[in-house]
Amino acid sequence: MINFLKLISRNKLALFGGILLVIIFVVSFLSPLLPLKDPDVIKTSDRFLLPFSEGYLLGTDHLGRDLLSRLLWGTRLSLLVGISAALISATIGSILGTIAGFYGNKTDNVIMRIIDVLMAFPYILLALAIVAVLGPGLFNAMIAVALVNIPFFARNIRGVTVTIANKEFIDAARLSGMSNFKIIIYEIFPNILPVIVVTISTTVGWMILETAGLSFLGLGSQPPQADLGSMLGEGRSALIVNPHTSYVPGAMIFLIVIAVNLFGDGIRDALDPRLSKGELVKPQPVTQIKSNGNVENKSNSFLSVKNLTTAFEFDNKLHLASKDVSFDIKKGECLGLIGESGSGKSVTALSITCLVASPPGVIVNGSVKFQGDDILKMNYEQIRELRGNKISYIFQDPLSTLHPLIKIGKQLEEAFIEHNHQKNKEATLKGKELLKLVQIPNIENVWNSYPHELSGGMRQRVSIAMALTNDPELIIADEPTTALDVTVQAQILSLLDTLRKERGLSVLFISHDFGVVSQICDRVIVMYGGQIVEEGKTENIMSKPRHPYTSQLMECVPHIGFGKRKLPTILGSPPLIIYKKEIGCSFASRCLFKKDNCLNEDIKIVRKGDSEVRCLYPHE
Amino acid sequence: MNYLLQRLLSAIPVLLGITIIVFFIISLIPGDPATAILGSYATPENVKLLNEQLGLDKGLVQRYFIWLGNLVQGDLGRSFALNRPVLDEILERFNATLILSGTAFILCSVVGVLIGTISAFKQYTITDKIITFTVLTGISLPSFFLGMMMILLFAVNLQWLPVSGMYAIYGGGDFLDLIHHLIMPAIALALVATGVVARITRNSVLEILRQDYIRTARAKGVREGNVLFKHVLRIAIVTILPILGLQAGFVLSGSVFIEIVFQWPGVGRMLVDAILKRDILLVQGGVMFVAACYVLFNIAVDLLQRYLDPRIK
Amino acid sequence: MNNKMDILSAKNLSKFYSKNKGLFNKQSINLRAVNNININLKAKESLGIVGESGCGKSTLAKMLAGLITPSSGEIKIQDKDINNYKKYELPNHIQYMFQDPISSLNPRKTIYQSLAAPLKYLRNLDEKEIEKEIKSIIKEVSLKEEFLNRFPHEFSGGQAQRIGIARVLLSKAKIIILDEPVSALDVSVQSQILNLLNDLQKKFELSYIVISHDLAVIEAICDRVMVMYFGDIVEKSDAKELFQKPYHPYTNLLLKSVPKTNQKIKIQNLIETELPDPINPPEGCSFYSRCENKTEKCKDLNPEETIKENRKFKCFFPNN
Repeated sequence: MINFLKLISRNKLALFGGILLVIIFVVSFLSPLLPLKDPDVIKTSDRFLLPFSEGYLLGTDHLGRDLLSRLLWGTRLSLLVGISAALISATIGSILGTIAGFYGNKTDNVIMRIIDVLMAFPYILLALAIVAVLGPGLFNAMIAVALVNIPFFARNIRGVTVTIANKEFIDAARLSGMSNFKIIIYEIFPNILPVIVVTISTTVGWMILETAGLSFLGLGSQPPQADLGSMLGEGRSALIVNPHTSYVPGAMIFLIVIAVNLFGDGIRDALDPRLSKGELVKPQPVTQIKSNGNVENKSNSFLSVKNLTTAFEFDNKLHLASKDVSFDIKKGECLGLIGESGSGKSVTALSITCLVASPPGVIVNGSVKFQGDDILKMNYEQIRELRGNKISYIFQDPLSTLHPLIKIGKQLEEAFIEHNHQKNKEATLKGKELLKLVQIPNIENVWNSYPHELSGGMRQRVSIAMALTNDPELIIADEPTTALDVTVQAQILSLLDTLRKERGLSVLFISHDFGVVSQICDRVIVMYGGQIVEEGKTENIMSKPRHPYTSQLMECVPHIGFGKRKLPTILGSPPLIIYKKEIGCSFASRCLFKKDNCLNEDIKIVRKGDSEVRCLYPHE
Repeated sequence: MNYLLQRLLSAIPVLLGITIIVFFIISLIPGDPATAILGSYATPENVKLLNEQLGLDKGLVQRYFIWLGNLVQGDLGRSFALNRPVLDEILERFNATLILSGTAFILCSVVGVLIGTISAFKQYTITDKIITFTVLTGISLPSFFLGMMMILLFAVNLQWLPVSGMYAIYGGGDFLDLIHHLIMPAIALALVATGVVARITRNSVLEILRQDYIRTARAKGVREGNVLFKHVLRIAIVTILPILGLQAGFVLSGSVFIEIVFQWPGVGRMLVDAILKRDILLVQGGVMFVAACYVLFNIAVDLLQRYLDPRIK
Repeated sequence: MNNKMDILSAKNLSKFYSKNKGLFNKQSINLRAVNNININLKAKESLGIVGESGCGKSTLAKMLAGLITPSSGEIKIQDKDINNYKKYELPNHIQYMFQDPISSLNPRKTIYQSLAAPLKYLRNLDEKEIEKEIKSIIKEVSLKEEFLNRFPHEFSGGQAQRIGIARVLLSKAKIIILDEPVSALDVSVQSQILNLLNDLQKKFELSYIVISHDLAVIEAICDRVMVMYFGDIVEKSDAKELFQKPYHPYTNLLLKSVPKTNQKIKIQNLIETELPDPINPPEGCSFYSRCENKTEKCKDLNPEETIKENRKFKCFFPNN
């Protein structure tokens, strides 16, 4: 709770709204105690006095009543009515929505059909009808506004409940012997509460406006009692000659609603997990580069990565994702980059063309030389020219990486059109040729399909075709077969292998699976905790790993053909966050061969023959 | 095509639901229409006679079916206060409402989506801040108050635009005259909805920019402008469309206030008058008519949504 | 089939999802997920069910645990039909462990609260006993006591999966269904969990049904294996024999497709990889389009279960 208040108060606008709201609340609710004139006393001799007249700070209305007093009393009434309406409709709507969402089927159908009918009315029609039945009056107006907003709450809460009710922990609760009622109270409710709070805080302002509106029409509060809406309604008849009787209550409505909205936005932002994760910040087209020194890179390799260090920045703190990564790729070579989650393999792959989402991604240091030019020193346009042209990517899950609403054909043509300034005809020809190359049957059909209409294997073939569009020289494949079934994986791997050999492509292949990497890679790099720990020829690493991490990891991967057994293990789990200051071997805590000095110094990577290893005591 | 038919048929239960609500709610209105028509000095015999003429002596359910039967034939009864067929009055009035609400709706959709997108794409710049602030102000202003202030400023003080009405009383009547009268009410009506649409657009554009397929587009070397127009907006429109459907309802609702403030001769004003005068048939007919139009409009939105998003089955 | 020794058995189990075709068409479409399956599980045994995505293995598992109602067929646990158990009695006998360890924990409850639920509702223990039980189980799965007051998002996948195991054990159920128990975990953590599961099985005399797409995982902890394809069990056998000598061509294809570290890729021709249409299943063998051994007969006739040398499979032309 304290945390929550802190979060809100950090947002200056929300804080302002909150303070304004508190002031309005305190003053208006104290109005019976304040030395004010009676709001309903008529004194026709003092009609339409202007603001700042003697004895009347805000002037008087058409009956000579004190506007300040009426304003404060009216504010009190409006707040009371608006907030009550919000609470009533939130309670009823949330209950209906939860029941519909949780029980589903017929219950859901009945409730939602009724809600649908109610939503088929523009809200004012329903409110007017309800007021027509109940008769004009402030209480009736409140009931009308509350009823009219129930469908809105019910729908919102139902949606959230459905999502939560389908989560695995609800099944788990069921298997713990909890009844449906207990599940709703103890499992569902705590999870929908933030949504209810957000919905209330973002609609309360709206409901205050709606009740004011009904009063404005003469259907709400009845004279002499006045809320802000009816004050405005009365003021309207004297609008042109005595506008102050209108803008005094109008300005107050505006102040209340803007305060509520600012504060409500603050609550929403504080409760929205997307915001704290930075998911509502626009990612830049290239990763931010904050490289402090120039890394000397004299390599003439086809691709040379040197001391590449990428971090994520949260709250002005840098969390390293990869640290001093250096490697070369020769022309026509397939290099495997292997590691577990958090090893920094994907971040390294994305950093090569500055594709790490930024914010929060920052490239802190390093050089990426591609055919002699440093990509990290290029401007956006130069990098864009490389992307999808000379360097292209294949990503993990083609369902989320292909645009869901653009047909396969159009998506295939795009990279060609962007880079060749040629029109559709050539692009279509090229695209269809590529689909044939990746052995897709009935090309015409696939061409006019949307991604969701294809199977996982077909989609990944399309992604490969897309990567090949502009005859790239380097393909970076980030776990391209992880989302696929084994039988499909085997086909995709063989397709990739054939294509790269036929076309002399260089490939950077990222994977967590030793089996997959050894199928198609010439050379392998093993990463752990953001660093390269070992590098060498595939056969050498697979048969004689030198780093303890590599050897231990390979042992604990289950292989087929050894029956039911106890498996070798590595203790603990891989590190998730790497701090800059940490010295020593990041694997030491899990290593079977560690000695005292493993944690005392930074361990350099040492080359021996055609392999490299970062370990003080490697296997020989 | 098959779907269109299906969707239209599925609207029938909703429409029936509306007729039930409209009929029964309105029938609950206290007071006796016959007395209301004849005045408080009417003799009981006369009241009874009129009740029989109006069919009010029959049971509620029976009356519902008679009313429904007439409704299907386009007969909404006669307004006793205006002494003319309800449908004629509504059709005449609805034309005015449609002009006002339609203009406001188009305004809020186009402007809302546009400034929302700009705001997202220029996140944290001065443009974004100005838009965000304006939008916030817009959604916090009651439209009727805004309308009144606009009248004061543009009609009374500056005398650029007419105070009220749909056409000038003398001369006028042509298209330009209509536009002249339309500007203020349409803007006042559109402002809140524009703010809502802009906010939702901004958020959804920002969310979409984080999606994997946008990274793919960038990895393909697609220019940022095309990323925005071909990739981001394509999705954003699909997510915003249902919101626009809802906003149409809000615009229609708001038009009641705007019609009163600007003396616009539309359905909203007619309904409020009818409620205050207890002109039951006119209220019934008016509510029914507007609700039915809104249902049809939402079907159209649905169809468009389906056309734009092939994932919906 | 329903042997007295079986702790769990299912007979002719099917699940169809039906959907109305449209407003005018009252006839409904049946989507086939699980088709007429028989299963038996002996006490203290672990049975593996292996298959690729969309084969219906998860649907099958959830039906066995009572989380999905079958369209037809019967399930017996300890010789009593599951419909005859009292309402909240079934979880005392059979439990289900979920694939994603984090999402099977309520994000707004501490681990202690999540673990206390089965003790409170299934075993009606009081506060003191609950605390004692939780503290002892947490040692069994090698977690520290101080974790109990933390929330799920503070845990790594491996730790969360241990919590999931603890929750399942607390119910005292003897049958546990493990749905992809390690597929969400890092390689270096997988083997820890598999070993833990093996140890606990011996210690508490549990029976497992393990669902996985990963043949190596199945082999490491299972005594018997069933291979599923398109809602059907195409082969069942002792684990050892199956991995040495697959009979069904699909089993063979699966085994062949697993990438191995000691060999380069073999060029594969593009064979059909699409599954048949579940709304309109083929007349004959569902593996027909992808099969290496197929003949005309397979296209028209669906093979019945054949028993040969103690092996059961559904194929006219098995390998070997």
